[in-house]
Amino acid sequence: MNALKLDRRTWFVIVLLAALAVLPLVAIATDNDYQIAQFRRILIFAIAAVSLDLILGYGGMVSLGHAAFFGVGAYIVAILNWHAAREVPLFGMMLGTHNVLVTWTAAAMLSGALACLIGLVSLRTSGIYFIMITLAFAQMVYFFFVSLRAYGGDDGLRFPGDTVVLGVIDTENDVAFYYLVFGILCAVLYATRRLVNSRFGLVVQGCRENERRMKALGFATFRYKLACFTLAGALAGFAGALFAANESYISPSIMHWTRSGDLIVMVVLGGMGTLIGPVVGAVAFLFLEKTLPDYTEHWMVVFGPILLLLVLFARRGIFGWFLPKEDRHGGGH
Amino acid sequence: MAAAIEQATLLAVDGLVKRFGGLLATDNVSLGIREGEIHAIIGPNGAGKTTLIAQLAGEILPNAGTIRFAGTDVTGLTVDARARLGIARSYQITQIFKGFTALDNVAMAVQAQDGHNFRTWAPARADENLRKPAAAILERVGLGARADVRAVNLAHGEQRQLEIAMALATRPRLLLLDEPMAGMGKDESERMTALLAKLKGEETILLIEHDMDVVFALADRISVLVYGRVIATGRPDEIRANADVRAAYLGDGDA
Ligand SMILES: Nc1ncnc2c1ncn2[C@@H]1O[C@H](COP(=O)(O)OP(=O)(O)OP(=O)(O)O)[C@@H](O)[C@H]1O
Ligand SMILES: [Mg+2]
Repeated sequence: MNALKLDRRTWFVIVLLAALAVLPLVAIATDNDYQIAQFRRILIFAIAAVSLDLILGYGGMVSLGHAAFFGVGAYIVAILNWHAAREVPLFGMMLGTHNVLVTWTAAAMLSGALACLIGLVSLRTSGIYFIMITLAFAQMVYFFFVSLRAYGGDDGLRFPGDTVVLGVIDTENDVAFYYLVFGILCAVLYATRRLVNSRFGLVVQGCRENERRMKALGFATFRYKLACFTLAGALAGFAGALFAANESYISPSIMHWTRSGDLIVMVVLGGMGTLIGPVVGAVAFLFLEKTLPDYTEHWMVVFGPILLLLVLFARRGIFGWFLPKEDRHGGGH
Repeated sequence: MAAAIEQATLLAVDGLVKRFGGLLATDNVSLGIREGEIHAIIGPNGAGKTTLIAQLAGEILPNAGTIRFAGTDVTGLTVDARARLGIARSYQITQIFKGFTALDNVAMAVQAQDGHNFRTWAPARADENLRKPAAAILERVGLGARADVRAVNLAHGEQRQLEIAMALATRPRLLLLDEPMAGMGKDESERMTALLAKLKGEETILLIEHDMDVVFALADRISVLVYGRVIATGRPDEIRANADVRAAYLGDGDA
């Protein structure tokens, strides 16, 4: 692409990422450093929303259980840290650890494995059945963690949060941790952009557009959808791991089905099937969720209609305004 | 016609039965499609033509009977497994990727037989192994100039051509075409007829079509389906002369 003649969409991406890059500096300059943890949380939810966009926007799979993978990832990190701090054996061995190479990898892999299992069953259905079955599975996971008394059950789990990443980045250092998460978000955006434009990515989009045609062409669609679902689950679990590191405290509420709904709202609000849109959606959603209650306690009454209008008139959400006209509806690049 | 008899049978249907509740949509159909022929299936509305094709492609499973394709029993295979063996189809109601460009539609079909579908990094739209054959096939069906138009913005007739291009792109051994001219205007129909004439001799085609002029001009053989039953199979002149067919379907002096 010609560096001097960038289109609106590229400009938008550059401006958005630049704004996120300077955010902590602005916060420090204006004595708002206490908010940096909040900003990190926004980026972490943005990663989770991007992962949901892979299945929702590109795969056309409306999953109402995505927060389960996010929550499982977070719990893996929390539990491993908790065991390491208390020196309590796990499965009869000293498996607890603070090492993020282990905890974050385990979070992604186990969430991915769970997504694969849930996908194996739920991807045999479609439409409303798929929505309901993913919801049911997610609630099962939710109640499983609620019933885990050893790890706090309903009350959640607190664990020491002084994680050092790769021996250099201390998660206690607000700014350094922010830039780590920001760097991860950028890497995720780049990798998922490549993914959706690859052969695999086009197959997944073909399944969204017309699965019947895909089968008639000879694609065993199930395996591609399952791979995509698994990958999205792993990425959500990874975001959950970051969330756990950010909060040092987690509870089952982060995987309640309403949190899955929030993730869908972020994706739809920002723009489905655009990858960058969900980032915008996460920023907008968490900002509105934080500020609207200051004006009225009935903020949902305002937020609901805003969302409805967006879905009706801008199917590609906020980011859709910055797309060329023919890209605003359907399709996906 | 010794040569015709010796022609290998590519698809052999034997004793196929399909019931929808009390309705017998396919009534003990036996049929052979020979390598290289255009075999037309005609019959009134509701005769069971689409149901038959759906069973050949694997979307509907028969209650009884067998389907052999190139020597393999495919009766129990899934749609995609049959497609990989070389059975491609177009639908009575067009099935394409509406949000993709015409070229992307065909490139997806090329990719179906090229494989490597788990590549996750290299940009597929820059892949000459997909784009070049796709562009050539678009050219072949007469959509070369429309490559970058989104399928949803193509005219109805162009969408039908595109669907045939996609079927061709999988390099099939057998093409199942369900009323390729359905809903087309006069010009569009003529263009489609010309395209089918071009494919004659190059591809093996099972063609369902209501337009008798087209059928009798293109088909090597014709089977007549009435109430799910094949009442006659033969060359166009044989079908035209067949008394049963005239009584049941063509009507007096119609053909
Ligand atoms: N899924 C189904 N369930 C029940 N009945 C069906 C089903 N599909 C088709 N039928 C019935 O089976 C019969 C054959 O239908 P089919 O669509 O195969 O006919 P056709 O020859 O393709 O007709 P047309 O020329 O109108 O396309 C019809 O009576 C139809 O109503
Ligand atoms: Mg039909």
